[in-house]
Amino acid sequence: MGVGVRAQELRKVYSSPPPMAAGSAGFSFTAVRGPKGKQKTEIVALDGLSLDVRAGEVFGLLGPNGAGKTTTVGILTTRVKPTNGSAWIGEYDVWREQVAAKRLIGVVQQRPNLDFSLTAREILEFHAAYFGIGRVERTRVAAELLERFQLTERADQMVRGFSGGMMQRLSIARAMMHDPKVLFLDEPSAGLDPQTRLLLWDIIREYNRAGKTILLTTHNMEEADALCHRIAIVDHGKLIALGSPADLKASIPGGYLLRLRFTGPADGLAGRLRELAGVSEVNVSGPSVDLYADRGGPLAPAIVTAASAAGAELCDVHISEPSLENLFLHHTGRSLRD
Amino acid sequence: MNWKTFRAMLARDAHVARRNFIPMVLQTMLQPMLFTFVFGQVMTRSGMMASSYKMILLPGIMAVSMVMTGIMGVAMPLIGEFQFTREIEDRLLAPIKIEWLAVEKVVAGMVQSLASGAVVVPAAWLVLGNVELSFANAWMFAVIVMLVALLSAAGGLTLGCSVGQTQVGLLFSLVLAPMIMFGCAYYPWSSLASYPILQKLVLVNPLVYASEGLRGTLVPDVPHISVAVVIAALAAMDVALVLLGLKQFRGKAMS
Ligand SMILES: Nc1ncnc2c1ncn2[C@@H]1O[C@H](COP(=O)(O)OP(=O)(O)O)[C@@H](O)[C@H]1O
Ligand SMILES: [Mg+2]
Repeated sequence: MGVGVRAQELRKVYSSPPPMAAGSAGFSFTAVRGPKGKQKTEIVALDGLSLDVRAGEVFGLLGPNGAGKTTTVGILTTRVKPTNGSAWIGEYDVWREQVAAKRLIGVVQQRPNLDFSLTAREILEFHAAYFGIGRVERTRVAAELLERFQLTERADQMVRGFSGGMMQRLSIARAMMHDPKVLFLDEPSAGLDPQTRLLLWDIIREYNRAGKTILLTTHNMEEADALCHRIAIVDHGKLIALGSPADLKASIPGGYLLRLRFTGPADGLAGRLRELAGVSEVNVSGPSVDLYADRGGPLAPAIVTAASAAGAELCDVHISEPSLENLFLHHTGRSLRD
Repeated sequence: MNWKTFRAMLARDAHVARRNFIPMVLQTMLQPMLFTFVFGQVMTRSGMMASSYKMILLPGIMAVSMVMTGIMGVAMPLIGEFQFTREIEDRLLAPIKIEWLAVEKVVAGMVQSLASGAVVVPAAWLVLGNVELSFANAWMFAVIVMLVALLSAAGGLTLGCSVGQTQVGLLFSLVLAPMIMFGCAYYPWSSLASYPILQKLVLVNPLVYASEGLRGTLVPDVPHISVAVVIAALAAMDVALVLLGLKQFRGKAMS
């Protein structure tokens, strides 16, 4: 039986600035004056986020840096106390029944946190021991996972000298050691080379086929697209859109996005562009125009004609096919990569 | 409470300790041995100090090394594991209430503290030569030793969860150094009588009770604070430090 994950109206306000090395850009401080005139920091990381991850699905949290993905994972894995709201792993309330919840989950945190005093093999075996797995069993599973993650050669070395990719693979192997029903992966492929990323994707799919629920976060839409059954797009701690990758892409007006740049301000041009066949939305800002349409390249000649009729000159076109990137752009006016 | 998990976490710390055995022994032994040699040998042989000073020194050396070993053995790894390597996170996700991890750290620290006492005392005794130790109060001695071990480990938990990596230097110079100097380790508390205010002030220093308690049981002829007072004070400080340490630990472990 698979286990689902639920979060209801999660709100998280941090009252201190993030620790120096938290490694997330784009946070916003609001300095609030406390009752005694003392300077206080309040960072709203989550603002009423609800999720319902079904048992046995691969669920993606997609959003830019600072969107609140890591905070969400932190709350769902007992590491962060929500300011408001509740969360459940299966039937267990994550905050009130921490031990029962922890038994069901495996977690790969965004920042590497391997035990530097141990070798790779010891890391896996001690992890299993924390979960009460017997010696024979944990020796066997550790050897198996080391092999699967191509770490056998370095298994008996201290992890201090491992490359980022090796540490990441070992972290994932560790999270799988006790065969958790729900696996959390916070930005699992950040910093991996393309080959290792494919290995990781294989491993995630295979683990999911064994009936496990997987919740992963990413700011990479190709990854979300390739792996996830459903995706929640989050920004500023709020849910922006939710659905399967196909549904989400189909929900963008027109589907294709043409980003145009002209030599001068393009305000006068919007009307003409809107009238072109297949165009569903036109957003102008200065010399740049975002145009959503049901076709891409075939529209270019018509745009050039319309532009020259209005006395404007097109100097750059970028066409992108229907994608989650466009969806994010459509909802927020910003690019995921920013 | 989940014994398997608790035992596995202890096993992890024991494994790491075994791996770092030699540097750890050196770290524990070197400083007390230097002190013993300089104050107990050089100063007494040259006649700058009376030979009876050895009796005052030995329990003090034991107190300092137990207290410092326990504090350092718990605080230093915690500071690193929480801030720099974050390696404690895997154990925070183990299926056990996180407070037990703090308890495990305290137990491991007590073992280290007891071990340092057990090593330093005979070694110092050999270096000093013929100091007469009394074992008439064996039970009292055992109780005080356990309380001192708990004191040091709980103190290490509290400090380790309150101090940032960048403040380790300050921890040494502003907390530990004055604590050792005003800990009545190298002189009995009664010898502060000519500084009445200071003599009252140092009573907040837990090391005072450790030194005086060991003195009171190992060399009862030397003037010392009453053993009953020492036990009461150590017990009260133990409870306070355990509670404060757990609170600080919870604050560090969750955001
Ligand atoms: N421990 C923390 N203390 C204070 N602020 C934090 C902490 N962790 C994250 N934040 C802030 O909360 C917001 C959301 O961060 P995070 O959840 O890490 O987003 P993401 O993982 O999507 O990049 C950011 O503004 C971040 O700076
Ligand atoms: Mg993050």
